[in-house]
Amino acid sequence: MEVNWLIILDFIPQLIKGAQVTIHITVVGLLGGVILGAIAGLMRAYGNALINAIAFVYIEVIRGTPIVVQVMFLYFALPVLASIRIDPMTTAILAIVINAGAYIAEIVRGAVLSISKGLTEAGLAIGLPRWKVIVHIVGPLAFRRLIPPLGNQFIVSLKDTSLFIVIGVGELTRTGQEIMAANFRAVEIWTAVAIMYLIMTGVLSLALRMIEKRMRIL
Amino acid sequence: MNDAIIQFRNVSKHFGPLKVLDEVDLDIHKGEVVVLVGPSGSGKSTLLRCINGLEQITGGDLIVNGMSVLGGNKVMREIRQEAGMVFQQFNLFPQMTALQNVAFGPQQVRGLSRSDARELAKELLAKVGLAEKANHEPSELSGGQQQRVAIARALAIKPKVMLFDEPTSALDPELKQEVLNVMRALAGEGMTMVVVTHEMGFAKQVGTRLIFMEHGKIAVDGTPRDVIDNPPNDRMKDFLQHV
Ligand SMILES: Nc1ncnc2c1ncn2[C@@H]1O[C@H](COP(=O)(O)OP(=O)(O)OP(=O)(O)O)[C@@H](O)[C@H]1O
Ligand SMILES: [Mg+2]
Repeated sequence: MEVNWLIILDFIPQLIKGAQVTIHITVVGLLGGVILGAIAGLMRAYGNALINAIAFVYIEVIRGTPIVVQVMFLYFALPVLASIRIDPMTTAILAIVINAGAYIAEIVRGAVLSISKGLTEAGLAIGLPRWKVIVHIVGPLAFRRLIPPLGNQFIVSLKDTSLFIVIGVGELTRTGQEIMAANFRAVEIWTAVAIMYLIMTGVLSLALRMIEKRMRIL
Repeated sequence: MNDAIIQFRNVSKHFGPLKVLDEVDLDIHKGEVVVLVGPSGSGKSTLLRCINGLEQITGGDLIVNGMSVLGGNKVMREIRQEAGMVFQQFNLFPQMTALQNVAFGPQQVRGLSRSDARELAKELLAKVGLAEKANHEPSELSGGQQQRVAIARALAIKPKVMLFDEPTSALDPELKQEVLNVMRALAGEGMTMVVVTHEMGFAKQVGTRLIFMEHGKIAVDGTPRDVIDNPPNDRMKDFLQHV
């Protein structure tokens, strides 16, 4: 079979639909992941021994297992264990929330702990409650250090969505595979799929680069 | 009836098994300028930091302006508003200008309006000789200037006592004086001060009382001139020869 690049044009609408699903999972999943990660990271940085231990176990379990196993567990094991059945799309989003949350927790913890203890003490010493020290002093400083590693995690999570092919979510990779199964145009389709991922990660990188510049991180 | 503004009652402080303050009894009265000296590790910083609760005492009781440091978070915050602290490393908030650093406390803690807080901050910056640096960020200031902003920041919450932990130790010799001058002026206004320092000249000239600490205990307590000119024990004599 000869390589015919024009054939891609026929499948662009379908691929865009797949990419939309990818973006949907990524955006909603990361939104949840950032919230979960911020909570778990703050638990690690500021919690007492028990709270710290809870967050620690969560983070280590997730970082120590492959995301595919986590997805399989959510989709196939959870219904057996707890009779909770969730649809593939929800499973996919939940998997990103839980998985990204663990990595983001470590990012948040690292950023918070990188802010000198002296600044926290200076804040406390003028009579601020601890939450105000976190919100007004440590938070804004930690946030600047957060952006680069956070951006990295966003890109990783975006690409991780391709793994949801295993539970049949119609995201970009799955779409590519379905098209290919019908016409065997491997070179054209996988090139197109790769380029679409590159466009998405590229836009994300660019946006992050702009935020970093704005915040004078570099 | 005890009218001391700071009262250490048999105060101990442990870090794990390490006993850093050993049953300290100490009364500090309004208007006193107490200079705290002693070898490294003798517990000077710890003693100071117990007063505003940056370290929690593990034995005894410590009363500041009538409130016990054991009174819980809310009381602790009130104590901190009565006891301003100046750190060796300045610890200015780097994302704020000098003015914002000083205005932040009054606005967030004392509930002043934004414009009142800025007015107060301007006054205080002028007082420490930095009126023209109000809109500079800490990174644009010299160490001595940063420390003076830090003093203004502590004063802005209108404390009754000022705690200084080696305020000039991180400064080049030529910058120490500008900070010491501000402290001297403050003492002249009758501010109650507890100062950990190695500046014996300052101790003699400004201090009303000198305390020499050793192994978490107060080993010597007297007037600076007496103690420095006639050290009551050999270890203190030895210490004075090395500062
Ligand atoms: N957070 C802490 N955890 C464990 N040990 C501590 C802690 N802070 C201080 N120490 C120990 O307590 C002792 C007293 O420390 P402190 O800082 O009060 O001494 P210092 O008199 O201020 O000394 P320096 O002149 O070096 O500042 C030291 O042995 C120190 O190692
Ligand atoms: Mg010290």
